[in-house]
Amino acid sequence: MFPADLKYTKDHEWLKPLGDGTALVGITHYAQDALGDVVFVDLPDAGESFGAGEEFGTVESVKTVSELNMPSAAEILEVNAALADHPEAVNEDPYGKGWMVKVHLKGALADGLLDAAAYEALVSAESH
Amino acid sequence: MSIAAAELKKTPLNAAHRALNAKMVDFGGWDMPVQYPSGIIAEHEAVRTKAGLFDVSHMGEIRVKGPGALALVEHLTPNAVSKLEIGQVHYTAFLYENGTFVDDLLVYREGEQEFLLVVNASNSDKDFAWVQQHAKGFDCAVVNESDATGQIALQGPLAESILQPLTRTPLAPIGYYFFTHGEVAGIRCLISRTGYTGEDGFELYCAAGDTERLWNAVMAAGRPQGLMPAGLGCRNTLRLECKMALYGHEIDDTTNALEAGLAWIVKLDKGDFIGRAALLAVKAAPAPRKLVGFRTLEKRDIARDHMPVVRDGKPIGYVTSAAPSPTCGFNLGLAYVPTDLAKVGGRIQVEIRGRAVDAEIIPTPFYKRQK
Repeated sequence: MFPADLKYTKDHEWLKPLGDGTALVGITHYAQDALGDVVFVDLPDAGESFGAGEEFGTVESVKTVSELNMPSAAEILEVNAALADHPEAVNEDPYGKGWMVKVHLKGALADGLLDAAAYEALVSAESH
Repeated sequence: MSIAAAELKKTPLNAAHRALNAKMVDFGGWDMPVQYPSGIIAEHEAVRTKAGLFDVSHMGEIRVKGPGALALVEHLTPNAVSKLEIGQVHYTAFLYENGTFVDDLLVYREGEQEFLLVVNASNSDKDFAWVQQHAKGFDCAVVNESDATGQIALQGPLAESILQPLTRTPLAPIGYYFFTHGEVAGIRCLISRTGYTGEDGFELYCAAGDTERLWNAVMAAGRPQGLMPAGLGCRNTLRLECKMALYGHEIDDTTNALEAGLAWIVKLDKGDFIGRAALLAVKAAPAPRKLVGFRTLEKRDIARDHMPVVRDGKPIGYVTSAAPSPTCGFNLGLAYVPTDLAKVGGRIQVEIRGRAVDAEIIPTPFYKRQK
């Protein structure tokens, strides 16, 4: 539920540094569970840049919509095109096939990103 | 959060939902299951193709009984109560003098002078006070049975075949919007062929203390046939596809029954009732707006409840309910729009997070079951 190699935001996105200045970004298991069945993911174009915390897209479920916020300043390299036909991957495999964008990180990772233990504590507090 | 949760009202099935790992939400002050682990889409499809079981024990029940009961219910509601047979039920409303909605409800005719009124959970206290307030001068008793009553809804094409083995009451002869009393799994029930999903099905009313036993018996009987527990999430998408009104959305104290497309429950020639004079005036004047069904044209454009309908960037109406439709496969909604725009095939624009997107007005209901 809380992979140790990821960084997390308080808004329930995850960021996975790939070690070469790039990273994958998606939403957490907790977020997909709260949304319910995902039916559409609206993602930006490659080449667009976003500051830490800036909205870069939306994820729509049957019952609601949620903003996607960039965990750390970055430029979009690639979006997960498979989500156009299979948005349910976000529910089924939020840390794997449900990744949303691949980015080039700009500068140091944002302050305030949580490690797995801190994020687990946050989620635990929200759900009780 | 735990403090707020403790204040929520619970149905007799609260523990059963938690045992099924339901996701619970605050629904008008009630702790209710919005979905089970299978998810809204799977539950929606189960109801359309097999069957789903809903907890609707939060609904309010008000019994009106006595020599003046018929006259009171006629006075309180716009539909023709005297036309109801004993054992028949109809959809109707409580209206204010100005023709807008106190609530919508079902009226069950239990006897010549005995009626069961089934109202929305969130309006239950307001409705009971409304009925009591107007009952003065009518010779009848008004009893709030909400806390004493549980209710589950078995909905879907397999509903009858799932339920029949549990009861000696023959179900096939019960017509749509008729009811009877009988035992289901040994539990005394009001068995009603009604629902809020657009499918065939039954709503079963029982004593609150029997609800969990009834739920478990129906669930056990239906599981082999594909019955799934179904939450409020799919209840909303199911009713929306069939253009069934939801209080606080299509109807409320700012909308009248005629513009809501509910002229069929308003019998202006039945005699006087609360709201009649106002509705006669509404009917005589050109309607400024109408409730229409629409679909957005792009997959990414998903309208939601309460978004504005705009023309040249200015609000001219609003979306009452909207969602991606699991059955239709596109994004649909209902909206109040100016009458001159309310034509099937016409275009409107809905403002989605600051972006005006095109939508087409399409015929409703969006979904109709094959009978």
